[in-house]
Amino acid sequence: MLPAPSRVLAKAWENRAALADNTLPTIRATLAGFACSLVAAFILSALVDFFAPLRRALFPLLIASQTLPLVAIAPLVVLWFGFGLLPKILLVALVTFFPMMVALVQGYAATAKEISQMLAAMGAGRRRIFWLARLPSALPYFFAGLRISITYAVVGAIFAEYAGAAKGLGIYMLSAKNNFRPDLVLAAVAVSSALTLTLFVLAVLAQRLAVPWENAKSERAGRYGDKPSREGRP
Amino acid sequence: MTRLELRNMRKNFGALEVLAGISLHVEEGEFVSILGPSGAGKSTLFQLLTGAIRGEGEMRFDGAPLDGARFAFMPQRDALMPWRRVIDNATLGLEVQGMKRRAARERVAPLFAEFGLAGFERAWPAELSGGMRQRAALLRTVVQQRDMLLLDEPFGALDALTRAAMQRWLETMWRNHRWTALLITHDVREAVLLSDRIYVLSARPARVVREVAVPLPRPRTESTAFARKAAAIEAGILDILLGAAEPISRPSDGENR
Ligand SMILES: Nc1ncnc2c1ncn2[C@@H]1O[C@H](COP(=O)(O)OP(=O)(O)OP(=O)(O)O)[C@@H](O)[C@H]1O
Ligand SMILES: [Mg+2]
Repeated sequence: MLPAPSRVLAKAWENRAALADNTLPTIRATLAGFACSLVAAFILSALVDFFAPLRRALFPLLIASQTLPLVAIAPLVVLWFGFGLLPKILLVALVTFFPMMVALVQGYAATAKEISQMLAAMGAGRRRIFWLARLPSALPYFFAGLRISITYAVVGAIFAEYAGAAKGLGIYMLSAKNNFRPDLVLAAVAVSSALTLTLFVLAVLAQRLAVPWENAKSERAGRYGDKPSREGRP
Repeated sequence: MTRLELRNMRKNFGALEVLAGISLHVEEGEFVSILGPSGAGKSTLFQLLTGAIRGEGEMRFDGAPLDGARFAFMPQRDALMPWRRVIDNATLGLEVQGMKRRAARERVAPLFAEFGLAGFERAWPAELSGGMRQRAALLRTVVQQRDMLLLDEPFGALDALTRAAMQRWLETMWRNHRWTALLITHDVREAVLLSDRIYVLSARPARVVREVAVPLPRPRTESTAFARKAAAIEAGILDILLGAAEPISRPSDGENR
């Protein structure tokens, strides 16, 4: 019943054209959905940061949205929005949005009080303080959230396609299953895993680029001819 | 000329009385220290001055009620932004004032040598030692060219050796620049080395228990004559502090309100 890995690989290679053809729409749905989720998480988190009462109103709703079982919600979303890109985007956004939102809100709150107070003493207003201090303080949290939620993104897209799509890894798996081709199901699973892994690595690389000062922390020793014996860090 | 004058400043946090009527003044070009036990309410006083919190009492600057950004404030922890290079930390205040980043960098760059930071312009704060971080924070503070400096325990987190070196360095810097400055510290020696006058605060709720003048000539260097006179003043202040601190240890007193 369980095909050997070698056979899965061989069949995957044989069907590479069809696999690639079905992988592209999944990538498109994943990236578009994730991008929407990022934009929404940023805007909403900023709003929540400026208007604290909004947070109390919004978070119960958001938490409730996370309890919706994807299996049940996916067919509904497809029913409402059709077989196009939109329902996939929505589902990917639904599963990735919450971790991003929580990470950002927590990141803003992690801003050092001294820094905000100092900026205020310099004459900076709330918006200025947000851009100069709260947002950069949230970046490490943001990337922690990004690494988590990006692993949900591909799964979300596949679920959406499973519920109905013209093309995509999800629908490919479904038809392979219906044709009693577990080897092809597994080939598609392997592709989706590779996709998730790639996205994860990209997220880590993006973090390296966007948060270079975090790397500096670990590389500190002696690079600048510092004299730690005379000026030890507290 | 009197720059800053505080009259009977009071502040409570809920039921916690922190400042119980602080009056003090700072003259133009004067270096004044506030010396008091930990938790007395020294940082709270600076929060009142920078407008972070409100309290009761009168704050006057150059004879008029205090308004706007008069102070360049250095918080208790250095508050360097880890995501900005040292030079961009130094320019922060100028940028907030509306100066273009490039112009601000040009203004700040020549000062790096004087602050012992030459060659570290492009470093991240995480790459600096504790003493360098404090100098960078001080640089960021003085380039704002405000009327007065507020320094909250600038060297409190440093090891003893570095702290001593930094205190001497600041004394030299002050002789060259004559900033009007108000320094918070709980290091008696630091206060005597740097100040023209010292306000000694009681434990919380803080009151001024003594105003001590430090009529020692500058530069205040290693000479034994200076050390002897400074030691006498230090001993006097310690007596005041320990005497004023005594009531806390009475079991009936409300430390755990
Ligand atoms: N925002 C606040 N809300 C409630 N209590 C506060 C607040 N800020 C300070 N306090 C309290 O006020 C008291 C004085 O605090 P403050 O930071 O001014 O002390 P300090 O003299 O600067 O001490 P240290 O030398 O240790 O820095 C403390 O008991 C502190 O818990
Ligand atoms: Mg303090």
